[in-house]
Amino acid sequence: MKYTFHRKQLAIPYAIFLLLFVILPLLVVIFYAFTNEEGHVSFHNFVAFFQSGKTVGTLLYSIVIALVTTAICLLIAYPTAYILSKTGMKSGDALLLLFVLPMWINFTLRITALKEILTLLEGNLAFHPFANTIICMVYDFLPFMIMPLYNTLTKLDDSYVEAAQDLGAKKSHVFLKVILPLSVPGIVSGVTMVFLPSMTNYVVLDMVYNSTFIMGSLIGSYFSAYDWHNGSVISIILLLIICVITAISNRYTENDKADRRVGALK
Amino acid sequence: MNKVIRNLWICLALAFLYAPILILAFYSFTSATMIGTVREFSLENYKTLFTTPELMDMILGTLLLAIGVALLSTILGTVGAIGSFYSHKRVRGAIEMSNQIPVVNADVVTGFSVCILMIVIFHIRKDTFIPLVIGQTALCVPFVYLSVIPRLKKMDQSLYDAAMDLGCTQGKAILRVTIPQIVPGITSGFMTAITLSLDDYFIATYTKPATFDTISTYVVNATKGSQTSIKTALWALSTIIFVVVVLFVIGMNRIGAKKEVEK
Repeated sequence: MKYTFHRKQLAIPYAIFLLLFVILPLLVVIFYAFTNEEGHVSFHNFVAFFQSGKTVGTLLYSIVIALVTTAICLLIAYPTAYILSKTGMKSGDALLLLFVLPMWINFTLRITALKEILTLLEGNLAFHPFANTIICMVYDFLPFMIMPLYNTLTKLDDSYVEAAQDLGAKKSHVFLKVILPLSVPGIVSGVTMVFLPSMTNYVVLDMVYNSTFIMGSLIGSYFSAYDWHNGSVISIILLLIICVITAISNRYTENDKADRRVGALK
Repeated sequence: MNKVIRNLWICLALAFLYAPILILAFYSFTSATMIGTVREFSLENYKTLFTTPELMDMILGTLLLAIGVALLSTILGTVGAIGSFYSHKRVRGAIEMSNQIPVVNADVVTGFSVCILMIVIFHIRKDTFIPLVIGQTALCVPFVYLSVIPRLKKMDQSLYDAAMDLGCTQGKAILRVTIPQIVPGITSGFMTAITLSLDDYFIATYTKPATFDTISTYVVNATKGSQTSIKTALWALSTIIFVVVVLFVIGMNRIGAKKEVEK
């Protein structure tokens, strides 16, 4: 039989690649997380994780770091994106470019630069490890928060704002009741882009001499000790957190779509 | 008044983002070993950067790796996107779901899982560069895929059918009709892949050969107390990268503006 090419066959190489290097590694991680050194199925690794004060403390510490980083990023990024969205198409886009340009410079070099400034200001970075970590994380991730917020805010339908104003809403009310709810999809996607990396980016801690661990550094230390089982447990816990975040963010974007549909009907 | 506050806010935010880079750039042209100290003008850092073999190897290695990974990712992602676009809904759904995994996953987890698979299960040695290239490609392809798919959705479907009606083979129609219509998506995917590879630290540390360093892994090691001449040479590197990125962005804008005028 003669071989005939069909365009959908082009999907095959990528499908194989995804199976081999995206799905399979995850299955291997799941396998390692639920087995012990002898290869027997065991939940011991998980029990040990949640029984040890050190690892649970690390989990909590990384959640605190991620929450604080995300909150500060949002507090800086929201007004920035809002002002940019009000400056008009051309100049707004040009200014946005200024805000996202640092993303293209290697992050370790940017953190090095910030570190030099912080050392100059504080004398020794070891005095404020937590504050310095937060400053560096915010510095690193701020552009990732500004971008989605700007995109949502520029697409925001001004007629809603005008309608609220015409109906006599106070400025603060217009913002709280109209602009803020309409920008939720942007907030959600910004938060998802900042929260997880700040929980796992242990390079920042390393570079500012913060000796406390976050979830990423646990993987790093298990990796150096060739402890694949415990490293996999951390990966699984992080994956579960990712699933929760993705589920929440999907719900918001779906709501957004549904709302638009309803809006069109009205 | 309101406008003053707005402008002030934007200026402060920009100052926060740019002050460290610019201050470091200023001191990279002096003989100072710490910022804040007053020293005379010197190009010593740039000389060190371009004459130390270790530094040059690291920079060229990072660039070559990024280009290789980006090329591989672009081919795989573009071909995959075209194939998946024309596939059955279910196949496409499965590909799209797996495609999403490296996008939302933490880089540490991606790096760690690829490392276990390649090194512990498959016993591929790290100095073959295979784990590193595959690991970074696994991170980059999904982004290429995501930038090509919208272009496929937007293109004129009837052109492909017209080519087929006129006696074109499927392969030729893809090459001559489909691909030219999605070039912008392919280029932006390629650029994203380059940036991701250049910025990657986590996948590289877990999968790179012991003797090879990317800019990220090198800088992290260099900050853990090493020679001051290397440290200040990295200031020069950071300045060069900053200038290249700025020039590139200006260049892209010029091209974009020209295209708009032509339209």
